[in-house]
Amino acid sequence: MIYLQLLWVFVKIGVLGFGGGYAMLSLIQHEVVDNYGWMNTTEFADMVAISQMTPGPISINLATYVGYTATNGNVLGSLLASFALCLPSVIMVYLILKLFMSKKNNALMTNTLKGLKPAIAGLIFAAGLSMMNLQNFPDFGRGQYNISVVICVLAFVASYFFKANPIFLIVLSGIVGFFAY
Amino acid sequence: MKKAFELFWSFFKIGAFTLGGGYAMLSMVEKAVVDQKKWIPNDEFWDMIAVVQSLPGVFAVNTALYVGHRVAGTKGAFAAMLGAIIPSITIILLLATVFHEFRDNPVVERIFKGIRPCVVALILAPSLRMIKSAKVTWKTAIIPITTVFLIWWCKISPAYVILAAIAGSLVYALIINRKAKKKEVKP
Repeated sequence: MIYLQLLWVFVKIGVLGFGGGYAMLSLIQHEVVDNYGWMNTTEFADMVAISQMTPGPISINLATYVGYTATNGNVLGSLLASFALCLPSVIMVYLILKLFMSKKNNALMTNTLKGLKPAIAGLIFAAGLSMMNLQNFPDFGRGQYNISVVICVLAFVASYFFKANPIFLIVLSGIVGFFAY
Repeated sequence: MKKAFELFWSFFKIGAFTLGGGYAMLSMVEKAVVDQKKWIPNDEFWDMIAVVQSLPGVFAVNTALYVGHRVAGTKGAFAAMLGAIIPSITIILLLATVFHEFRDNPVVERIFKGIRPCVVALILAPSLRMIKSAKVTWKTAIIPITTVFLIWWCKISPAYVILAAIAGSLVYALIINRKAKKKEVKP
């Protein structure tokens, strides 16, 4: 049963995942945390950090991790989730190669994607907002020091304004967490 | 068969050593496929990437499938795809096993307590950068705001939101195309 659910969830994400790994984050979060309850928001945040720090496509890393966790540590779950995510790609690339490779359709597609971009940005933002809760910010509103809020604001400034390397930021906040908590 | 194996190995190396997701690996793919192996000419490669970018799904996998198919047919497509994802799956499986074992360890817990708020920032920042690059004006700001409201507040499945956004964008694209055509006809 859980295998069928994994298959369905990741095929769906493979079909609707426009705009790269981060855009898929919102889809994965909705299914994995809200819909099926395979993990809570802290686990989800940990998984995103691990996927970001390891090589390879982020969404494959996420699928592998979700498959492993949802099946209580079964390798088959991982493999199934990852291949389910790739399945729509296989079909689509073949269709594109065989059918749609014309300039006219390509222009239509580019313009459609241009229109889609603001919505995708909103999608990603929503994924971030959903993670702003007491589970991920446990010291919020308690005592006068809010280390978690400080980390979040500083990381945001470093990432948005200075384009700091995300892996560097994750490692740095891990070190801060180790000494602060 | 030899080509399929070469494809597997090229994408395996790319999958094993690129940090930072799909776009970071693009320059490595270009180096391997265009410069070193000379499988695909430069301009064709970038035309191809433009098509692949417009597809949903894992960007790295789509690129691997496309390059693999172009170089060695169906066998090549699957060889390249497996090469791109096997390192990821292996590394994450190893880490997940270890992490499930140690996540209750107080030291690990402290480290991840620091990391979680950072992850939130790392998700919010690129979404705002994307809004900037999409040239969202005060008028079109309604699109991302509605998206956030529907998903975050109303807890509507992002799948439906994406489908609605695709429908809307398609209409927008069709209007633009028609306008472009009218302009072509007039002079």
